Amino acid sequence: MSLREAAVALNRFGLGARPGELRSVAADPRGWLREQVGPVSPAPPPELASLPSSGQLVREAREKRQQSQDDPDARDAFQRSFREAVRVEMAQRALVHARTDQPFRERMVRFWANHLAISISKAEVSPVAGAYEREAIRPHVGGPFRTLLLAAEAHPAMLIYLDNARSIGPDSAAGDRSGRGLNENHAREILELHTLGVHGGYTQADVEALAQILTGWGLDRDGTAGTAFLEQRHQPGGKRLLGRVYPEGGAAEAKAALRDLARHPSTARFLATKLTRHLVADDPPESAIAKIEAVFRDSEGDLSTVHTALIELPEAWAQTGTKLKTPEELVISAARGLGYEADGEPMLASTRYLGQTPLNAPSPQGWPDRATDWLGPEAVLGRVEWAQKVGRDARVDDALGLAEDLLGPLLGDRSRQAIEAATDPAEAVALLIACPEFQRR
Amino acid sequence: MELSRRHLLFGGAAALAAPSVAFASAPGDARLILLILRGGLDGLAAVPPHGDPDHARARGAAAVPAPGSATDAAVDLDGSFGLHPALAPLRPWWDEGCFGVVHAAGLAYRERSHFDAQNALETGASQPFMVDTGWLNRAVGALGGRVGVPVAMSRTIPQVLRGDAPVSSADPLRSWVPEGSLLDRVADLYAVDAELGPALQAAMTTQDLLDPLRGGPMEGAGRRDELRRGARIIGAMLAATDGPRIAVAEAGGWDTHTRQAGALDTQLRGLAGAFEGLRAGLGTAWGSTVILAVSEFGRTVHANGTEGTDHGTGGVVLLAGGGVPGGRVLGSWPGLAVEHQLDGRDLRPTTDVRAVFKGVLRTHLLLDEAALEDRVFPGTASIAPLWG
Repeated sequence: MSLREAAVALNRFGLGARPGELRSVAADPRGWLREQVGPVSPAPPPELASLPSSGQLVREAREKRQQSQDDPDARDAFQRSFREAVRVEMAQRALVHARTDQPFRERMVRFWANHLAISISKAEVSPVAGAYEREAIRPHVGGPFRTLLLAAEAHPAMLIYLDNARSIGPDSAAGDRSGRGLNENHAREILELHTLGVHGGYTQADVEALAQILTGWGLDRDGTAGTAFLEQRHQPGGKRLLGRVYPEGGAAEAKAALRDLARHPSTARFLATKLTRHLVADDPPESAIAKIEAVFRDSEGDLSTVHTALIELPEAWAQTGTKLKTPEELVISAARGLGYEADGEPMLASTRYLGQTPLNAPSPQGWPDRATDWLGPEAVLGRVEWAQKVGRDARVDDALGLAEDLLGPLLGDRSRQAIEAATDPAEAVALLIACPEFQRR
Repeated sequence: MELSRRHLLFGGAAALAAPSVAFASAPGDARLILLILRGGLDGLAAVPPHGDPDHARARGAAAVPAPGSATDAAVDLDGSFGLHPALAPLRPWWDEGCFGVVHAAGLAYRERSHFDAQNALETGASQPFMVDTGWLNRAVGALGGRVGVPVAMSRTIPQVLRGDAPVSSADPLRSWVPEGSLLDRVADLYAVDAELGPALQAAMTTQDLLDPLRGGPMEGAGRRDELRRGARIIGAMLAATDGPRIAVAEAGGWDTHTRQAGALDTQLRGLAGAFEGLRAGLGTAWGSTVILAVSEFGRTVHANGTEGTDHGTGGVVLLAGGGVPGGRVLGSWPGLAVEHQLDGRDLRPTTDVRAVFKGVLRTHLLLDEAALEDRVFPGTASIAPLWG
C-alpha cells in the first residue's frame, strides 16, 4: 500500500492521475500497470472506431487530385479537407488520452508512434496521416518488434513521408523507361532512427542496399489496400546488407531485411536506450539500459515482455520528477486531473499553442525526449501563460485538495504554500498546473 | 571565367591579408546573427558554380541553369559563381561589399546524419556528442559581458547556445501580457528549481526588451511576410542600445530529397526576405553586424531519382552585414568532376566551417586568440581563421 508508488505509476508510467485514482491504485500500483501490458491487443477505443482506413484515404486522395487537376482552388480545398480530417482524428485521439483506463498502454502506443514518426510537415502525408497510428502502431505494441516495424515501414503514410513511394530501382522496368531512380531517404532513416541507430554499425553501402531492397513498396493505385508492391519498380538482383546477401525475391526481400534489422544487437541497445530515457531519466543509468537491452534480446524483441521489464526496473521508481512533461503530456495530464473529457478540440488547440502539434514533428526523429529540448525561456513562459488560461476556465474551488489528490506525497511544501496563498481559485489552479511537481513526471 | 580545379583560393589569400570590412568601432557595437538552416542546404544550388566546366553534367537535373540561359537561371556574381534567382535581392549587397559566400565549406564529421551533423556544427567539436556545450556559448563566456545575453529566437535553446554563459529565448512575434500576480508567484515558486527558474527569469527579461518593438507595420499575413516581420523585429532588438548583441535563429525545410526545384525556390525566397527584414530592422547598426547562415551539410552533386538531392558534405556559408568580407567567394574550389567529388557523390569540403566562425569571432567580436584556441575551439590549431 503506497501512495508514493501509486503517484509514480499514475504520473510517470501513466498519463496523469485522475481525481481519486491515487487511492484506488495504491493497493498494487505495479499490478495495475502489468494489467495494461499484454500480447493480445484489446479492440481500439470507441473514440477511434468508424474512422476511415488508409486504403480508403489513399483512394479518396487520388480521386480528388484527379478531379481538381486543372483547378488550383479545388486543389487548395482538398488539401484543406485533408488537414481538417487529420485535426478531427487528432481530437478523437486526445479524447482517448483524456479518458483511458489504460494510460500505460496508451503511453507505449504514443512512444512507438513517436519512435517510428511520420509528420504532416510534409504536406503529401496529410491524407493518410491520421490513420497511421491506429493502423500501424496501436495493434502491434503487444507483440514482437519486427511485426510493429514492418507494419510501420509498409504503411502508406511512412512510404510517402520518407519518399519510398517514389523510389524506383535504376535497373527495374520502370527505371529503364523513365530514367528516374533510387531514393535513399527511407532506408537511411530505418537504419539511423528506427533500428540500429546512427552508431549501430551500418555504412553508406548498407543504406543503398536497403534502398534497393525497398524499391517497389508504394501506394496502391487501383484498390483500397493502401500499400502495394509494384514489381516494375523493384531493383532486380541480390543485395548485400550488413554482410548478408538477400537474393532477388520481390516483396519478400524487405520483410526479411526488416526482420534481420529488428534482431540486430545494435537495435536492442538503441531501443533500450530510448525506452529507459522515456521512463527513467533523460540520461538513463547504464544499469537500466543494460537490463532492458538484455530483455529485448532474450525475448527476441517481444514488446509485452519488454514493457513488463520497464515496470520492474527499480531505477524507474527510485526518484520522482526526473522527466519534464512534454507539452502534449502536460495538456493530457491537466485534462485528466481536471476531469475534462468532453471535447478533444480544446486539448488539441492547447497542445498546438504550447508548440507540439500532433503529427507535426519537425523531422523523422519525432519529438525530442529531453528537458533541454523543451525548456527554452520562451517555452516556459508559454507554459505559465497557458496555466493561467486553464485556471480561468476550470471550475475548481479547492485547488489544494485537488493537488493533494493528484500528486499525493509528490507535492512539495513550497508548491503547497504557493497554492494555498493564491489570490483566488483561478490563480490557485494556475499554480497547481505551473508547479514543478505537475510540470514533471 | 572558367573555374578549373587548379584554381586557387578565391579571395582566400587576399582576404587573409586585409579584408576591406567596416570594423565595429568598439566591442559592444558588434552584432552577430547566426542563422542555422536545418536539413542540409544545397550550396551548389544556392551559389551555383557555373564557371566549373563539369557543373551542368555533374548536377544533371539539380543544376541551376547558368546565367542568361533560361528564365530560372542563376544571377551572375563574378563570372565563376552565381546566385540562385530567389536570392537575387542580395545581388546589390555583393556590390556594396556586405554580402559574401564561403563555398565548399564543411564539417570534419562526414557521415551525413542530420542529428549528428547538427550537433557537430553547433558544439564546434570534430565529432558529434563529444561536448555538451555550444561554441557560441563558449565564445560568449570568453567575451565576458561585452556581448550581453544572447537570445535564441525560438522556444528552446539550440545546442550552439547551450552552456554556462546565460542565454535567453523569445519568439519575436508572440507576446503575452501577464495579468495579475501569477507570473511573480510562479517566478517565486521556480526560484529553487535549477531548470525552470533560470528559464523563466530569462524569458521575463527578454519580454521586456521585445514588447516595445512589436508595433509597426503589418506587412501582410503570409508565411513569408511573417518571416520578414519577425526578422525585422530581431534586427530592431539588436539595434537597440540596451539590447542583446547576439541572436540565433533557426529555419527548417532545407532537406530537399524530392522535387527540389520548387521547394528550394520557396525556401530561398523566404531566406532573402529574412535577410532584408534583418537589414531593415538593424538600421544603422547594419554597418557593425555580421549575419552567418550555415547548414549542417550540403547535398549530393547529382540529382537523385525523385528530382531532389540526398545528404552531402560540402556546402556554403552565407555572410551578410557591414562586418563581413563581402563581394567575394571565399574558400578553395575543389572541382565537380566525379574524381574530385567526395566519395564520388558530394562536393568536397576544403574549408572547415570553424575557420569561418574563427574569422568572425576574431575580427568582429574581437575575441582574443588564446581564448579562441583554448576555450572555444580547443584542439583546432591547424584550422586557421578564414580571414583576420
